[in-house]
Amino acid sequence: MDLTVEEFAANVGSSDPVAVVGLGTRATPPGNVRFVSAPVGIDWIQPAEMTIQCGAGTPVNDVAEALAEHGQQIPFPPGGTIGGALAVGHSGIRRLAYGAMRDALLQTHYVGSTGKVVKAGGPTVKNVSGFDLCRLMVGSRGTLGFLGDVILRTRPISAHEQWFTSERDPWELLTGLFRPTSVLWDGAATWVLLEGHEGDVAEMAEAYGLDPIDQAPALPSGGRWSMAPSELESLRVAQPGSFIAEIGVGVVHHTRPRPSRQADSVLAQLHARIKGEFDLTGRLNPGVDVLTVI
Amino acid sequence: MSVDEIYAGHDVDLVEVAARLRAVIRPDQVRDGATETHLYRRDASTMSNKAGIVCFAESTADVQAIVKIAAEFGVPFLARGSGTGLAGGAVPPPGAIVISTTKMNKIISVDPVSRMAWVEPGVLNLDLSKQIAHLGVHFAPDPSSQQTCSIGGNVANNSGGPHCLADGVTNAHIHGMEVVLPDGSVTILGGEEPEPDGFDLRGVFVGSEGMFGVATKVCVRLMQNPPEVATMLMDFASVSDGADLVSDIIAAGIVPAAVEMMDQLCLIAVEAFIHAGLPVEQAAALLIEVVGPSGGVAADVARISELATARNVGGVRIAADDAERALLWKGRKSAFGAIANIKPDYYLHDTVVPRNKLSGVLDQIYEIVKEHDLQVLNVFHAGDGNLHPLLVFDGQEPGVYERVHAAGRAIVKASVDAGGVLSGEHGIGLEKRDLMPLMFSETDLAAQADLRRAFDPHLLSNPDKVLPSPATCGEIHRVPEGAWI
Repeated sequence: MDLTVEEFAANVGSSDPVAVVGLGTRATPPGNVRFVSAPVGIDWIQPAEMTIQCGAGTPVNDVAEALAEHGQQIPFPPGGTIGGALAVGHSGIRRLAYGAMRDALLQTHYVGSTGKVVKAGGPTVKNVSGFDLCRLMVGSRGTLGFLGDVILRTRPISAHEQWFTSERDPWELLTGLFRPTSVLWDGAATWVLLEGHEGDVAEMAEAYGLDPIDQAPALPSGGRWSMAPSELESLRVAQPGSFIAEIGVGVVHHTRPRPSRQADSVLAQLHARIKGEFDLTGRLNPGVDVLTVI
Repeated sequence: MSVDEIYAGHDVDLVEVAARLRAVIRPDQVRDGATETHLYRRDASTMSNKAGIVCFAESTADVQAIVKIAAEFGVPFLARGSGTGLAGGAVPPPGAIVISTTKMNKIISVDPVSRMAWVEPGVLNLDLSKQIAHLGVHFAPDPSSQQTCSIGGNVANNSGGPHCLADGVTNAHIHGMEVVLPDGSVTILGGEEPEPDGFDLRGVFVGSEGMFGVATKVCVRLMQNPPEVATMLMDFASVSDGADLVSDIIAAGIVPAAVEMMDQLCLIAVEAFIHAGLPVEQAAALLIEVVGPSGGVAADVARISELATARNVGGVRIAADDAERALLWKGRKSAFGAIANIKPDYYLHDTVVPRNKLSGVLDQIYEIVKEHDLQVLNVFHAGDGNLHPLLVFDGQEPGVYERVHAAGRAIVKASVDAGGVLSGEHGIGLEKRDLMPLMFSETDLAAQADLRRAFDPHLLSNPDKVLPSPATCGEIHRVPEGAWI
């Protein structure tokens, strides 16, 4: 890493408003505050442990490239930094098979609002020692602490993968195929990503009449909606041609911004108490409210 | 804050509390007789205490009513599922209200297309998978206690199990839950949608050992049953060859559904119990399962067999049918019952080490156990590096508990020193509370305490677990005799 977590902590300090910036791909940094950047660099990769340790400021694409040399990958969407991806907490389009990105963070040293370094989690793939501050950090948008370094769980890259298109009903494919990696649907066409043994993929594709294609469809980037997977079918009539939905997951990549929502008051109070415990003066990423950010 | 401090300054009249409880839920749901308070004094660990009042909740409204009264009187409370926990997590603080969720045992809804189900917390783990088997799906976490442990308990402890190697532990299988917070308010954490607004409070509630509130409905993720399953039993003349094969398999890019290890003493005990033809002459055996479509399964079996040959594997037995597979798994899962043939008592540990340290830490464990004049059976989730040394002994032997506890501490320390963690799936509870500083600094623990205080400002929900009390480190109280801390 280009700086230690302790050096990063010294940069974060303990009194003035401060924001963490990565590559600026996921969010616009707030104005009128001091900016800091998290450590950059890969400490180690252990394929036999399926783990990697790196600075939170390391670009996702650099990590992906380094892991690929060891036949490993992380379930992060491309672009930006590792810390930025974790702070936002949005999984990639392979969540159906890989699970949510939040499950990949095993351990982090983050810098809290008082400038102290806090260790959360542990280095092993299985760990239930104490409360899960890693899960708290993922998706918290830097409002509770700034990630310094991280240990991530990796997974092997499959022997074979292939995207397909189909005119079939996406739910038929979701239930019929064995653990597809991704099923995308725009209200008319369906795209499917299958991974695994080449013979198995070919057999499933033939059984369901899937047509191979080179790559995933381009995703609309106007808004990212989150819906119960069982409600996605309602989009067929309401929003034709304006979305690509992740079937079985519920993320909808839309041409339009997500409608705003109101959190229930119990949940809002709980959020306020957590923010108060972790950052009483509101100095970390000021102006960001995780309950209303879209 | 400790339980004593919670009580300090006001006397709680439990008779009055019970009377108030009987006014808000049916009187027969509230028990404060000696039988019930004694029955609910412990979980499956060696620790115990005394419950104040036991309530049998039947609905969210019941739980809410009980928690509100607990909050009003400042009485500690804790939810309890089946009581199969091994770390004392469900041992009540003295005089606490125990909220049993065993009667909240309905499967509320199942969506086999989106593969999720809403269940009440008292639903038993294996009952859920049995009830939905006809839909071609199952609930992946499968602790050895799955016949009796509850989903609510799995949520509280973020439980694991053999098949969590490929699919992840409970946290990866919970979409959301309805919870009663310690002030009696009700909300939903997480939910059916993939990216709910705000912090991942679903994620932090799972594994919070009952200290953040009570889950009253749980939305679980269901996994598709695999079309093919191959179950292999491989035996080795040396423990280290078997342990090293585990790393070789993962390094080769194969993540089996399960990789379990049993050492010789365990094989002998289990064989005497189930007569499955286990390789009792060998130092260790691995039970390896790979699942999926047939091509991938065949390729994985072939590659694993090659790697095993390079590690001097002795016999390789592949289950010919479901009956043989069930027999091999019965051997693995009945290990704890089988040890009665060796000694009357056991103490089960739970730590995790990096896979590449398995062999070295196992050697250390054998050494530690020898030093303390005890016997150990090792039966564990090797694929995750999750050790379960099972110390067997006769509790009647004078001084034996001191040796058991000393050996336990040494094993936990050896695991953490090897880059591992305190617990892989049993949790911290009372058992390992005071070992937390082996892994976490005061600053780290203070942050965990901050999170807990946000959920439970008055520290009434299952207090005295997980976090050591910095002010009273030298005089930690109420961990019963017989517990090692």
